[in-house]
Amino acid sequence: MREGTMDALLLVEDIHKRYGKEEVLKGVSFQLQKGETKVIIGPSGTGKSTLLRCINRLTEPDRGRVWLEGVEVTSRKVDINRIRAQIGFVFQDFNLFTHLAALDNVRLGPMRVLGMRRDQATKLAREELARVGLAGKEDAFPAQLSGGQQQRVSIARALAMNPKLILFDEPTSALDPELIGEVLEVMIQLAKDGMTMIVVTHEMGFARSVADEIIFMEKGVIVEQGPPAQLFSAPRHPRTAEFLSKITELYGETEG
Amino acid sequence: MSGFYFEWSFLPKLAQGLLLTVEITGACIAFGFVLGVLLALGRVYGGRLISIPCGIYIHFFRGTPLLTQLFIVYFGLPNWGIQLSAFLSGVLALGLNTAAYQAEYFRGAIQAVKRGQMMAARSLGMSRIQAIRSVILPQAFRIVIPSWSNELILMLKYSSIVYSIALLDLMGMGKRIAARNFNYFEVFVVVALFYLVLVLALSQSLRWLERRVRVPGLGAPGLR
Ligand SMILES: Nc1ncnc2c1ncn2[C@@H]1O[C@H](COP(=O)(O)OP(=O)(O)OP(=O)(O)O)[C@@H](O)[C@H]1O
Ligand SMILES: [Mg+2]
Repeated sequence: MREGTMDALLLVEDIHKRYGKEEVLKGVSFQLQKGETKVIIGPSGTGKSTLLRCINRLTEPDRGRVWLEGVEVTSRKVDINRIRAQIGFVFQDFNLFTHLAALDNVRLGPMRVLGMRRDQATKLAREELARVGLAGKEDAFPAQLSGGQQQRVSIARALAMNPKLILFDEPTSALDPELIGEVLEVMIQLAKDGMTMIVVTHEMGFARSVADEIIFMEKGVIVEQGPPAQLFSAPRHPRTAEFLSKITELYGETEG
Repeated sequence: MSGFYFEWSFLPKLAQGLLLTVEITGACIAFGFVLGVLLALGRVYGGRLISIPCGIYIHFFRGTPLLTQLFIVYFGLPNWGIQLSAFLSGVLALGLNTAAYQAEYFRGAIQAVKRGQMMAARSLGMSRIQAIRSVILPQAFRIVIPSWSNELILMLKYSSIVYSIALLDLMGMGKRIAARNFNYFEVFVVVALFYLVLVLALSQSLRWLERRVRVPGLGAPGLR
């Protein structure tokens, strides 16, 4: 491992990924400290989702390495299921288990993967649902919940695994505008509580107020990264400025 | 036009035949269910090495007549030193056949489960097998109930071909009775009614089952 990275919770080094002829990720590196919130922004098709999926190897990177607390995730020898259990993943379209009520969605992981006893897992699942403001919705099936509620269940599902970090892939992009706030609120609270997070999002209000650092990606590389204040007021790269003004026009500044 | 002469004293015999029909159907469906699920999983999740043989199996049993398959098992296998009773031959042939059809229904249902479900399960740290067991199959089984019900009812009716290997199922028993008293019309109409009652009872129970396990947001493809 490199100098000065020993204390990083997550270390991503030179990740490459190619789909057919197209190189989607062309060597992406960054690191993440414990308790840090990083926001990744960038145009569509830039490889943001691919990058997130490479971190827990839902997509297998072609080259490059990932470490989680000094354990090499990308090693062939590692038990990837044990690694994934420590990394939460929140999907754009929720992906709640359709056949399970909210409570079962949240306690399935702890029971099946962590081997937690049923009564313990139930108690935990109730707590996590309450934490995302869904006490009372334990018995609702995903199809009976609004998009915002579904996304909050999926956050509770990730939390119940007691993960070291959570990856969010555009968690509010599939939501009606009036439902975005309730999900962002939960995420803001998580950040305050010290959760380590990487969030791909177009919500600039959230990025501005919560992110410790923003990464601007384009065409498979990191163009620029830095604290929000710097990126928003004095971007070093012209593409960053262009993108930021376009995105603010498009999405406005949803309050974070 | 003559009257309807059914000798009611034959009813117990027919009931006996009906019992055999139920046994054969039940056994071949259960056998076909297990094999069908395995074949479907092989088709969907097996690499080429597993998927292709499963496909060949399915095409063979769907592409050849059931009666031919039955005769291969009952009359043909003894030439290879495999001598099965008529009952076992019937169950085996019907079971191998329905497995192929069930496999196709299960495959369709598995593929109808949304793609993100597997990814979400894996992201929690479940192995592929765990994900299939806890997430994919419970949904696929619900999705498959309507087409699977059809298959079950078809097999109940198709099981009547075992009369041709001298089994006294409902059909075989009817044929035997009719051959003695020549009341072909009456006997086979009663036999048909027996089948009808079975079919109705089955489809009702399956509909009940479907309602019982129904979950909002999960149904047959196109109905969700
Ligand atoms: N499984 C795949 N097979 C083939 N190509 C893929 C696959 N996944 C992604 N791609 C391609 O890789 C490129 C990057 O996709 P990715 O989803 O990572 O971008 P993104 O930055 O998340 O975009 P968006 O903002 O639209 O979500 C796209 O051109 C996409 O078509
Ligand atoms: Mg994306």
